[in-house]
Parts: sequence; C-alpha cells; structure tokens
Amino acid sequence: MIDLSEIPVAKPAKGSAGKTGTWRVLRPVIRYDKCTRCRLCIMYCVENTIDQEPNLYPKIDYDYCKGCGVCAQVCPTKAIAMVPEVK
Amino acid sequence: MLVQKGKVLALVGNHAVAYAVKQAKPQVLAVFPITPQTTMLEKLSEYIDKGELRAELIKVESEHSAMAAIFGAALAGPRVFTATASQGLLYMTEMIYWVGGQRVPLVAAVATRAIASPWSIWDDHQDFVSKRDAIWVQMMAENVQDAYDITLMAFRISEDPRVMMPVMMGFDGFILTHTMERVEVLPDSVVDEFIPPREFKLIDFDNPLGIGAVATPDNYAKYRKKAMEAMERAKSVIKEVMANFEEITGRKQYGLTECYMCEDADYLLVGMGAWVGDMRVAVSRLRERGKKVGLLKIRVFRPFPREEVREALKGRKGVVVFDRAYSFGSGGVLSLEVKANAYGLTTPIHTVVAGLGGKDVRPRDIEGALEDLTEGKLEEERWLA
Amino acid sequence: MMFLRGNAACPGCPIPKELDALLEVTGKKTVLVVPASCTSVILGDTQGGQPSTVPVIHSAFAAAPAIASGVAASLRMRGEEDATVVVWAGDGGTGDIGFASLSGAAERNENILYVCYDNEAYMNTGIQRSGLTPYGAWTTTTPSGKKEFKKPLPLIVAEHRVPYVATASIAYLNDYQSKVRKAKSIKGFRYIHLLSPCPPGWRFDAGLTVEIAKLAVETGVWPLYEIENGEFRLTSISKVLVDKSKRKPVEAYLRYQGRFSKMTPEEVKALQDYVDKMWEEIREMTKK
Ligand SMILES: Cc1ncc(C[n+]2csc(CCOP(=O)(O)OP(=O)(O)O)c2C)c(N)n1
Ligand code: SF4
Ligand code: SF4
Ligand code: SF4
Ligand SMILES: [Mg+2]
Repeated sequence: MIDLSEIPVAKPAKGSAGKTGTWRVLRPVIRYDKCTRCRLCIMYCVENTIDQEPNLYPKIDYDYCKGCGVCAQVCPTKAIAMVPEVK
Repeated sequence: MLVQKGKVLALVGNHAVAYAVKQAKPQVLAVFPITPQTTMLEKLSEYIDKGELRAELIKVESEHSAMAAIFGAALAGPRVFTATASQGLLYMTEMIYWVGGQRVPLVAAVATRAIASPWSIWDDHQDFVSKRDAIWVQMMAENVQDAYDITLMAFRISEDPRVMMPVMMGFDGFILTHTMERVEVLPDSVVDEFIPPREFKLIDFDNPLGIGAVATPDNYAKYRKKAMEAMERAKSVIKEVMANFEEITGRKQYGLTECYMCEDADYLLVGMGAWVGDMRVAVSRLRERGKKVGLLKIRVFRPFPREEVREALKGRKGVVVFDRAYSFGSGGVLSLEVKANAYGLTTPIHTVVAGLGGKDVRPRDIEGALEDLTEGKLEEERWLA
Repeated sequence: MMFLRGNAACPGCPIPKELDALLEVTGKKTVLVVPASCTSVILGDTQGGQPSTVPVIHSAFAAAPAIASGVAASLRMRGEEDATVVVWAGDGGTGDIGFASLSGAAERNENILYVCYDNEAYMNTGIQRSGLTPYGAWTTTTPSGKKEFKKPLPLIVAEHRVPYVATASIAYLNDYQSKVRKAKSIKGFRYIHLLSPCPPGWRFDAGLTVEIAKLAVETGVWPLYEIENGEFRLTSISKVLVDKSKRKPVEAYLRYQGRFSKMTPEEVKALQDYVDKMWEEIREMTKK
C-alpha cells in the first residue's frame, strides 16, 4: 500500500481557499418578486455558488459567493442587486 | 533459493540493459535518441515490434517530454522506463526533479557522456552527478554484467514501498554501452519472481487526488524531510535487494560500496563506474610490488554511502579519489562527497581529475597516481589533461 | 457540481465555471493535466484540498501534453479507454513554452482532449504578454500596447490534421458544452480553444466577465467554429457574422477593457481591418 502522507497530493474539498464569502465587497441580493426562475444566474455564476431551491428559485450560498456581480449582470429582469457589505 | 543459472550471452551494454528492461516488463516507455544511448532505444523498439515486450513506446519529441510521458504513465499504474545521456539528461532536468519530488517509482538508464559546449559524444560523469539533488536513487555500473544486474534491481528498489522513488542506473558511454561482454542473464521466470507486481498507482477515479498540488512552506518542508528519510531507508532496502539478488544469481553484490584489497591497505583509491575495472588492475600490480594499496568502489552514489566511506577511510595514510566530473570553483564531485564524510579524520584526500570528455585514461596513469600517493608525491589535485 | 465552490480564483474569473462545464460533460472518469498557470493555484493545495472532484496531475509549464500522452497510453494498457484525458492549459503553456510538446502530441494524434483557456497573457505571474496577447493590449511587458498580432493557434493546431479543433466561449455555454461532448465522442487528438476573460488582467469590472466574452464573439474578434476532420464550420451566432453588417464594431469590445484604453484611433482601425480580413479568410474556409 502507498502511504499517501509521504507524497504531495490534495483531496477534493469545498472551500479549498477558505470561506471565500469573506472576500466580498458587494453582496448580491435576489429580489424574488422580480425573479422569473430563468436559471441564468445559476448557469453563469462563475463560482458555482447559486443553488436551485426545490421551488426552483435561486439561492446564493453567501459562505462562498465572492461578490463578483456576474449574476447581477446576466439576470434578464435585473432581479439581483449588488449592495455594499455592512461589516 | 537455489542459484539460478540463466543463459550466457555476449551483449553490448546497451543491449544488456534493454534485455533487463524487457524482462522487467514495463508497459509504457518513452525514449528520445541520443548517442551513446540510441542503440538501446533501437533494441527496445525491436523487442516491442516482435512482440517480445508488450509495451507502448511513445515516440516523444524531446527528452523533457520523455520524462513527462513516463511520469504520467507511471501515475496511472504501469511500470515505465526511459533512457538518455548528456544533453538529453540536462534537457529533462525539470522533469527529473518533478518525478523525484512526487516520489514516483520508475527507472531511467543514463549512458554517461560529457556535456557541451564544446560538443563531445564521449564519456565522463558530469551528466550523471548533476542529478544528485533530485530525490533519485543513483547507482553506477562497473561492467556490462553490472549494468544488467543493476537495471533489474533498480525496478525492485524503486517500487519498494519503503523507498518509492525513481532510480537512475548510470553506465559509462561507449566504454560499456558499446562494448561486448559476457553476460549471464536470468531466466524470465526468475525475474518475474524477483520483481513483484507493481502496486504504485495514484490515478483513481474513486479517490481523485490532486497530484503535485501547491504545498505551503510548512508542508513543502515536511515532504522534503520525508524524502530525506526515505533516502536513508533506501540504504537498507538496497542492501536487502542486493543480498537477495546475490542469493539468486550467485554473483557477489557487496552493497553500496565494495572494498577491494582493503584489509591492510595503507593507501586507498576511490572510484565509480567502468574505470574501476582498470583500478583493480592497478591495485593488483602495486600489491605485487609490495605496496599496501586498496580500492573503494562507489556503487551507489545516492543515497551516498556515508558510513561505509567513512569506515573505509579510517586509519589510511592517504586516499586518492578519481573523478570524472568536476564542480568548477570547488573540486572533483566524488572527492567532495568523500571529503564531506572524512570529518575529524586526518587522512589526506587527494583528487585526480581524469577522463573528461572521453580523454583516454591508461591503467598506468592510475597506477602512477597511486604510486605517487604512496611515495608522498601526489599533488592535492592532479589533472590528467 | 463537479468543481467545488470556495476556490482561489479571483472574483469574476471564469475558470471555475469553465472547468465545471467541461467536467459536467466528460464526467467522473476524467483526468485533468494542468501546467503552471492560474489554474495551478485555483486547484488548491495539499492541506486545504482541491476544488476538482476528478484526478488532477499538476505539470511543469512545458510538460502537460507529454504527461497526458503517458496517461493515455497507460489507460489504454489498462483497458480504461472510456476515461477522458484532458489537458487544461493557459495560452502561455499552450502557444509558447509548451508549443513543441503540444505539436508533438498533436502529430502523434494522442488520445487527448486539449483545452486551452486563453486569457491572453501570463496571468499567474502578473500579466505579461504571451504570443496570444492581442494587438494593442497593454500588459506589464507591453506598457504601450502589444505591436504584434495574436498567434492563430487553433488554425495552427488544425494544420496538424487532427480530428477535431474548435473555438469556444464562456458566454455560449451550450455551444461550448456541445463541442466538449462532440470531442469526447471522438478518438485521437482533440483541441478546444476557449477565450477566457480575466478581470484583473484585462482591466474590467468583475461583473462583466460574461458580457465581455459575448462582445468578443459579437464583434467577430472571437469567431466560434469547429473543424471536424478538416471540415470548417461556423457555430452558434458566429454563423451569421460572415456578413460584416451583422458584426458590432470591435470598438464595442475594446471599450470596457482598460488594457486597450491607450490604443490610438489608427490602432483601433488596424485591429478592425485585421478582424475584417480574418473574416474574409473564414468566408473562404466555409466554402471549402
Ligand atoms: C519553466 C517555467 N518558467 C516560468 C514559470 C513561471 N510561470 C508560471 S505560470 C506562468 C504563466 C502562465 O501563463 P498561461 O499559460 O497563459 O496561464 P495563466 O497564468 O495566464 O492562466 C509563468 C511564466 C514556470 N512555472 N516554469
Ligand atoms: S437570472 Fe434573475 S430572473 Fe433568472 S433565476 Fe436568476 S435571479 Fe431569477
Ligand atoms: S456575485 Fe458572483 S459569486 Fe456571488 S453569486 Fe453572483 S456570480 Fe456567483
Ligand atoms: S488573474 Fe485572471 S485568470 Fe487568473 S485567477 Fe484571476 S481572473 Fe482568473
Ligand atoms: Mg494566460
């Protein structure tokens, strides 16, 4: 058997760079009244941090969302607002 | 186990190594031609073409890619092999370190050759010793039989879980690669038993690893320390494998070093590689003339046999190390290694730098230097140039 | 989800999404070979772990196609030919330092899917020009803009007569994924060149990543096509862009990116002419 502690390898992990949500300067906030459940934000979120709820609405995982704003840009109904993080 | 008598063949060094490789049954090879290794590549191609070796030979476009290709192949499980020399070894340097750092078991043969510029296709050890810090076990052959033997042992040592490290088998370009000698080869079935099936495999779709991912400073240092420890462990593993090989073949294997006519020797000659054969002759002749001289052969260069060397130096009146590689601005490479382990001993250690770029070294040059040593006439560093 | 959240990519970096979309198609039996690049860093470390859920082999800068060749040979030997060996490399690793290795693997028609994610500079080392940096672009080594045009890598690879070459864009995910799907079904050397906008390197707001990628296609700067067994075919919206009137002016693409901000009107025109000429060549290729 190979002793894996002997050799440099990494194992799969969520948050390999930590809780990247702490990087955020702007916070994407979904206005569900405007959301048509088109899924575009889910498709294009570059960090894979938007999940789909059982009711098909998008939900942002703020532990890891980096606040880049791509979701807000691609949303056809402008349902996502980027608001300053209050720290 | 009973001594296994195989066939006796007349083989040039490159073909003897190719024969050993065929018997070790690697599944993937990647070799790029370079003198004086090329005829080994051609022999291996022939074995594959005839179906005597069931392997894929990747016809890479450079040595960098040769080492890269067998690295990738080895991660997926199979046994792998490459061979090169000189410029080719330098060209694959980045991947040599890569493979060592990742602790991948594999075997590379190096047909030693001088390094340009200026161009030289002839033998010295500058290429081989330049890889001393790359986390590779490095062994050097004295003759064609030795090259065959070491190649077989290299696979077993490399894949031993206590070692898990690449092994480099060096043998002098032309002097061994192109010289035909009598070689006893083992029956295939004996080799099969001697080299157990390979266990190493890092690519596993059910346990997906990031192989060689970034290591933070703390982790990097930790992996390096583990490599250092494995290199130390390798010493006993090499001895164990050699002992087993000796049992099988009936051929004396000695260990990391061999001390020839050492017992009562006042003066010691130290060398590595093919010219050790000439050194034996020189020592015998001087013995005939009543000079108490002996010979220490370095068979394993990494891990360096520190304890054995130190032990061999004790109580001698003088030592001369023959060097076929030089660290400019410092000294003969093997000499430096020997001196580093003579700490606290008063034995003077001399260096003879010879055979660079294939410059002819006659047995009487060796004899002369050794005789001068016994008569207090040898300079601290002598260049036969 | 094949590529896990919380990795080290910059905000707005498309690489995690590009890899996720790739792996979604190629599946669990994929090996990624990744040379020195931004992705080496995104792929985590031995302690914190890696975002990839498939095996990754980290590679020296110039070695990825050769390593992948070795892996492919081993998998063949092991009878695991249903697995996909993917090289995932930057433009520098592909078109500059790794070019000989790439060409060797292509010529041998190795069973590899090679994806070049092209962020048009050496980003990992802090935005230095590469052979694939476009004309006019600022980088730290082209302070007054690059004077040479981008190396036409997909076409150079196609000249190796490999079975499949395609270009792709993060803005056209369906097009990208269907190309990966097609590539996966083909044996031999397959090459996908993916334009990969980089917010800090191209000097644009991180939220605009997809928008910029889209403009690259709409202006014709980045044509989407595939070359299957030598047959050239435009794909997605690029199909209609042979007609110059359907293309937006390149200025619309340059405008949002700080790296082009110092271009003179003459230089912008030179780039526009270059793009127009490229489309004339494309028109010829589509006729073949
Ligand atoms: C042999 C070698 N030279 C230089 C480097 C330093 N280096 C690491 S990544 C890199 C640039 C990578 O550029 P590219 O391939 O375009 O990938 P990107 O970082 O842009 O994603 C350089 C120059 C290296 N790692 N190895
Ligand atoms: S893109 Fe906008 S409309 Fe579509 S699902 Fe997301 S928030 Fe809702
Ligand atoms: S801000 Fe960026 S990371 Fe956060 S949810 Fe939107 S696209 Fe994803
Ligand atoms: S520098 Fe560019 S390519 Fe690199 S991680 Fe950041 S956004 Fe991605
Ligand atoms: Mg780049």
